[in-house]
Amino acid sequence: MKKRQPKTYTRLTHPLVRDTRDEPFRRASWEEALDRVARGLQRNRDAFGMFACARATNEMNYVAQKFARVVMGTNNVDSCNRTCHAPSVAGLSAAFGSGGGTSSYEEIEHTDVIVMWGSNARFAHPIFFQHVLKGIRNGARMYAVDPRRTSTAEWAESWLGLNVGTDIPLAHAVAREIIHAGLANQAFIERATTGYEEYKKLVEPWTLSLAEKVTGVPARAIKELAHAYARAERAQLCWTLGITEHHNGTDNVRALINLSLLTGQVGRYGAGLQPLRGQNNVQGGGDMGAIPNRLPGFQDILDPDTRLKFESAWDTVIQPHYGLNLTEMFEAMEEGSVRAVYCIGENPAQSEADSDQAVRRMRQLDFLVVQDIFLTKTAELADVILPATAGWAETDGTTTSSERRVQRVRKAVTPPGEAREDIDIMCDIAARLGHDWKYADAEAVWNELRSLSPDHYGMTYDRLEEHQGIQWPCPSTEELEPTYLHSRLWEKDPQRRGMPAPFGIVRHDPPVDLTDEEYPIRLTTGRRLDSYNTGVQSGGFASPLRRGEYVELSPEDAERYGVVVGEEVQVSSRRGAVVAPVWVEPALRPGLAFMTMHFPDEVDTNSLTIEANCPIAGTAEFKASAIRIEKLPVATIVR
Amino acid sequence: MTVTELGIPRRLLEFTLDGEAVRAPEGATILDACRASGKDIPTLCEGDTLRPKNACRVCVVEVEGSRTLVPACSRKVEPGMEVRTDTERSRHSRKIVLELLASSVDLSTTPQVAEWIKEYEAKPDRFGPDAARLNEEPRVDNDLYVRDYDKCILCYKCVDACGDQWQNTFAISVAGRGFDARIAVEQDAPLTDSACVYCGNCIEVCPTGALSFKSEFDMRAAGTWDEPAQTETTTICAYCGVGCNLTLHVQDNEIVKVTSPHDNPVTHGNLCIKGRFGYQHVQNRD
Repeated sequence: MKKRQPKTYTRLTHPLVRDTRDEPFRRASWEEALDRVARGLQRNRDAFGMFACARATNEMNYVAQKFARVVMGTNNVDSCNRTCHAPSVAGLSAAFGSGGGTSSYEEIEHTDVIVMWGSNARFAHPIFFQHVLKGIRNGARMYAVDPRRTSTAEWAESWLGLNVGTDIPLAHAVAREIIHAGLANQAFIERATTGYEEYKKLVEPWTLSLAEKVTGVPARAIKELAHAYARAERAQLCWTLGITEHHNGTDNVRALINLSLLTGQVGRYGAGLQPLRGQNNVQGGGDMGAIPNRLPGFQDILDPDTRLKFESAWDTVIQPHYGLNLTEMFEAMEEGSVRAVYCIGENPAQSEADSDQAVRRMRQLDFLVVQDIFLTKTAELADVILPATAGWAETDGTTTSSERRVQRVRKAVTPPGEAREDIDIMCDIAARLGHDWKYADAEAVWNELRSLSPDHYGMTYDRLEEHQGIQWPCPSTEELEPTYLHSRLWEKDPQRRGMPAPFGIVRHDPPVDLTDEEYPIRLTTGRRLDSYNTGVQSGGFASPLRRGEYVELSPEDAERYGVVVGEEVQVSSRRGAVVAPVWVEPALRPGLAFMTMHFPDEVDTNSLTIEANCPIAGTAEFKASAIRIEKLPVATIVR
Repeated sequence: MTVTELGIPRRLLEFTLDGEAVRAPEGATILDACRASGKDIPTLCEGDTLRPKNACRVCVVEVEGSRTLVPACSRKVEPGMEVRTDTERSRHSRKIVLELLASSVDLSTTPQVAEWIKEYEAKPDRFGPDAARLNEEPRVDNDLYVRDYDKCILCYKCVDACGDQWQNTFAISVAGRGFDARIAVEQDAPLTDSACVYCGNCIEVCPTGALSFKSEFDMRAAGTWDEPAQTETTTICAYCGVGCNLTLHVQDNEIVKVTSPHDNPVTHGNLCIKGRFGYQHVQNRD
């Protein structure tokens, strides 16, 4: 069989510019390139969008959002958090007022029940899964909820293989069973939550037998999960993109949070909610305010006191309304209300759902500057390309992990050629636009952030070093907070208990891209163990496990279509078509296919996916497209 | 509300170490106590992230009242115990262990072993050249790992790291018995036909370099591996959001090896294939 190695990208070593999009790039001095950027941004001051980088440091994200808000006067700043866990942040903050996972990795080793919902952590978060395995070896029972029987599910007590996009019916049926079995935690519900009566009515129709019909999961498996979760002294509910990458991702997250409120499985050691984040600093990017609705420290833009604090610190006026998120910025490109974009370390030309549309929209921009370590497909669309450093190995700073742990990133190698640090580049552009920022080093940026974000105030670089990272919140330079959030919900004194957590009243809404006679197969997407996102990074090393992109089909479907492993087929959706070889995967059920976005230069999976967005968080429904498989005519098989 | 189990407070136990009264927390091993009081005991099969295996017997010490020598790496401290680390009998035993291992296995890339051989006046050559067990070519069947069986002392640390103690992949195990025992994947196949997921957690714990990264192996073969010239910088992995700590070993501005601190609360020294090997993109410089 032909073994495909993905395209290998080499580092950018000097700035590249061009006068029009039709001509090739030419090498330019930093001086010229930065002048061009300043002019391009200046003439589009009222129509600007910043794509910050969930792969870069907190310090870089802090400066990037400050650049958008102070230099360009807009809250239009966002990052690829929008394509993955924005619904988790939106759902958690709606329930608890804070967008972080509530537990820590170590706690999962000491819990009784672990639910992995829409998460193949064994592949996507292998070292987190080692903590899960410790938990299992300590006696915890793990339940895997996933349309695919993944390698995570291999470790489960029970695998609940639900139909794609039926997470809410399943969660509601679990809730109804808990309520009817008398296992709801009444004391916690009364003290710490609101909206229970309405929630009870909402889930009432979701009997086990109805849920079995809709989700495809046997009633007794649903019942077993409900009883295990509710009876456990401590239970952890973990999820990944199987929950969030839907057109109603935030609703999905709320449906899961509801289960923790119903049973009191939150706010205690070992009992909590853990969204597993997919990029090294996607948690930190949001924490640093590189999102359109929050200032650094996850502080709400709509709060006048918060704005005042930042306005006096930055000597500026902050727009008193939310900016556009990544998805909305792409729509605004179409309308012409975003005409200039500063894209740092992101590759939306390949990572957005319906990638053809994303490319077309970026082509309409008046000015696009891309700052990256590689000449990505997005950079190929730019007017100016600025060579940057690789945050994790070539700069100093911090990143924030899935368990809210802020950890030190340290410079280990010297960047190639004329590549420069993101923060220095942004400061040089800011200076050209009339803002003279001076940061001696990353620590100076961090200390400015600490002075503005109470949750980070206690984290000096020295302390981060001493403790091997510190989890937020950390308001004191003397003490450390517990490893879990929201213990306040268990306080007897209502004053100390604070805002109760509302149940989310969310209804089932099936995937937008319906399967029918013409597109009978449900395509879902995900990650493989040795590859990552659009493959720009992971394509750089020779993995013995890598076999390139395949469309994975169930054995039943492969037989039905008369296709064999390695045979190339045409895969079509209502938006596009690709040619990909077949892989037969027994972990898939009939009617379900699986692909990744790791090899977009060979098979552009995102030309198939649908840009049906969550109205709250803006995340697209990468997990559910309808496709058709066609055998190729014999003549074209020979390539 | 659940009360967090704190366990019984750990008592300090008093005992005698080489004639001096010392105290160690309950549950500590003799080796822990020795290290705490600055005594250097040689170890090979002991792993700070693994349960003691008692395979190599190079750390043996004398305990009053014990008929045999005891391995310091696994024997827990007891109150009133009298431990002597540097007696004639324990030194002799260590010497023999070092002679047997160094004569049958290639210990050229085992850290510190040359010092111990000198200190214990071990003479591995006295068994003659035929003592070498294997004389096999290193196995290079993939782009990431090399397995050099001539350097394997059968300490089983790699098996434990791959198995139920950390990785739970179970790609490798002990095959054969007695003199034929060796670490192998099923059917002794190439690694590429095995269950291996290339996390490198076996290499992380290998004490002798029998398992090594291909980057290191190639540089050693070319004579360019220069450990004193390398810097070690701990940073955070650039892939998923778990936040694994990576220690980058850099020589001439090239990342040549990636490890993880064994005392780190996120990784405990373990990584996945992306964290361990996914650095090359940074240095694809032309």
